[in-house]
Amino acid sequence: MSREAILSAIRRGLRRGPLPPDQAAMLRGRIAAHPRHLIPARSRLPRAEQVALFVRNVEKEFGTVARLPDPSAVPGAIAEYLARQNLPPALVAAPHPDIAALPWADHPLLQVEHRAAREGDAVSLQHAFAGIAETGTLMFPSARERPTTLNLLPETEIVLLRASRIVGAYEEAWDLLRAENRDGRTGGFMPRNVMLVTGPSRSADIEQTLELGAHGPRRLHVLLVEDDPSARA
Amino acid sequence: MVHLTSPAFKANAARALSDAGLQKALARSKPQFQAKRAKAAAGLPEFEALRDIARDIKNHTLAHLDFYLEDYAAKVEAAGGTVHWCATAEDARAAVLRICRAAGARTVTKGKSMISEEIGINEHLEAHGITPVETDLGEYILQLRREPPSHIIGPAFHLNREDWEKSFRESHTDLPPDREFRERRDILAEARTLLRQKFLAADVGITGANFLIAETGSSVIVTNEGNGDLTQTLPRVHIVLASIEKVVPTLEDACVFLRLLARSATGQDFSVYTTFSTGIRRETDLDGPHEYHVVLLDNGRSNMVGTPFQDMLRCIRCAACMNHCPVYQSVGGHAYGWVYPGPMGSVLTPTLVGVEKAGHLPNASTFCGKCESVCPVKIPLPKLMRHWREREFERHLTPATTRFGLRFWAWFARRPTLYRWATRAAMATLGWAGRKRGAFAALPLAGGWTAGRDLPAPEGDTFMARYARQRREVRR
Repeated sequence: MSREAILSAIRRGLRRGPLPPDQAAMLRGRIAAHPRHLIPARSRLPRAEQVALFVRNVEKEFGTVARLPDPSAVPGAIAEYLARQNLPPALVAAPHPDIAALPWADHPLLQVEHRAAREGDAVSLQHAFAGIAETGTLMFPSARERPTTLNLLPETEIVLLRASRIVGAYEEAWDLLRAENRDGRTGGFMPRNVMLVTGPSRSADIEQTLELGAHGPRRLHVLLVEDDPSARA
Repeated sequence: MVHLTSPAFKANAARALSDAGLQKALARSKPQFQAKRAKAAAGLPEFEALRDIARDIKNHTLAHLDFYLEDYAAKVEAAGGTVHWCATAEDARAAVLRICRAAGARTVTKGKSMISEEIGINEHLEAHGITPVETDLGEYILQLRREPPSHIIGPAFHLNREDWEKSFRESHTDLPPDREFRERRDILAEARTLLRQKFLAADVGITGANFLIAETGSSVIVTNEGNGDLTQTLPRVHIVLASIEKVVPTLEDACVFLRLLARSATGQDFSVYTTFSTGIRRETDLDGPHEYHVVLLDNGRSNMVGTPFQDMLRCIRCAACMNHCPVYQSVGGHAYGWVYPGPMGSVLTPTLVGVEKAGHLPNASTFCGKCESVCPVKIPLPKLMRHWREREFERHLTPATTRFGLRFWAWFARRPTLYRWATRAAMATLGWAGRKRGAFAALPLAGGWTAGRDLPAPEGDTFMARYARQRREVRR
């Protein structure tokens, strides 16, 4: 049995048998407490500056950001963005209640399908669970209302993010997930998949020269809805 | 599988030095890799402190590796996944084939994985009628060219643009032969279009893992292209190839490594896609794989636990050591003759294939110490290479002339007065003989040095003589 062979070789190297119960309990305690380590000072800022840092970092990584006063402005901003990029007014959107609740009827020319992405979809609208200012990173935990393929198949990904969901460091985003998510299968908080996305897809495999749009989206556009008075610039 | 040519390191290195294409690629990449890392590290004031923390987390994990692996495996299974414990490369190949056959797989897409090179999974699948398709752009062209990777994160950095164009024209015969590649982007676009069809058609997706997380039973991949995510999201079956030292206890522990990894590797603050996969598609999910398998590989690593080489198990495969190594930067990755090149490979390869086959590698070092100084988990790479040299000597694997030379030197070194007298005489003689040119183009017993470059002539003094003189001056 490989399992026993591997474990006993490790224990032989460590010059001990299986961990005594008290030590195992201590390690389980460490996992349950999941202590934080050093968190970089760069994201420890007042709210408005934290949001500004997030925006700056998204742009540094070749993403784009539009700041919108409230959710009702989202469909219009999408129509305008697609027109500017010379893209047809059609998109596949995450079947998320926040997205379903947007005033789509105000823009009847926009064709919106609420589902997972398929080959041939040019534009997606995805729902961000959180934004991480430290590196301009978006967190997308998979769920029925947030299919993973929306992050991958279309050439253009538009992301809806509320400013109140921007945190400083990765650890704070994990704590939001721990607090808010329940996984039906494990009873824990971790869904099947969590993508941390920082800018559009890229490759530097050809002569170390950066090219955008390798296999995933070539464009990443964040619609930042200002729902947090303390975060306004 | 990468065919082992480490025993021919000297011949490989000589060939590499006269390979114009490789030298062009090295000259292009070296300043980029080093400057980008330096800038990224300088941009995070906590970088040095994080290196210490990262080292300590890995040491803690390795000291309890049996516990964390069992805990991790239990969490994977709770999320509907299966863990296949594999003591050897052969076990791992058999496990992957078994899963692919059960899935009725004809094509398998692959994200970048050094473990897959280590176990030679592509050849194994091909031999059994299953087509593996590499989807990382660099790995893809290497598969077309039937070449092994030459770098652990930039596998095809040794190729130039003309090589890409030539390989694409030769391989993509369905496309018009006279099409133009005006920019690098056109090469990328062609690969994107072709590989998209492969992603959609694949029955199984195989990825590696940068980390495994005991707390949640997650495997983590870090990529820029998004190929790994397409590989693991679209097919019905996802197989993760991971070695046992990849486990860390918690998400918070993983955050420390993630802050170091991209900065050390490519000089990015964070890679584009850092993805945590935990088990199978949930009942309500609209996408994701129906099967999730982790092929957990030992392949000699457990024997490193409790030895001086345990430090090597901290490695997170960032490639900073090779990017800063004067030897690697002169000969590239293929010369090392196996999966893992550069300083980390010089330590790891002898443990995995035997020092009798890979003894040249730990000897191919100038001991400048740069690798250790940039290693995000502070592996004492020069010290570990020295351990290999000692073991090689103890096991009488060192060539007779080298052994004789070392004995001869040791005999003198144990007699300080005689040693000083002899070196003084030798330095004075060489200084006098080389006084005109200041260097020697040839010298008896120094052919290994002078074949490729001049040997600078000593200035006539020994270190000890100069040291004594300076101390006298200071006292005065």
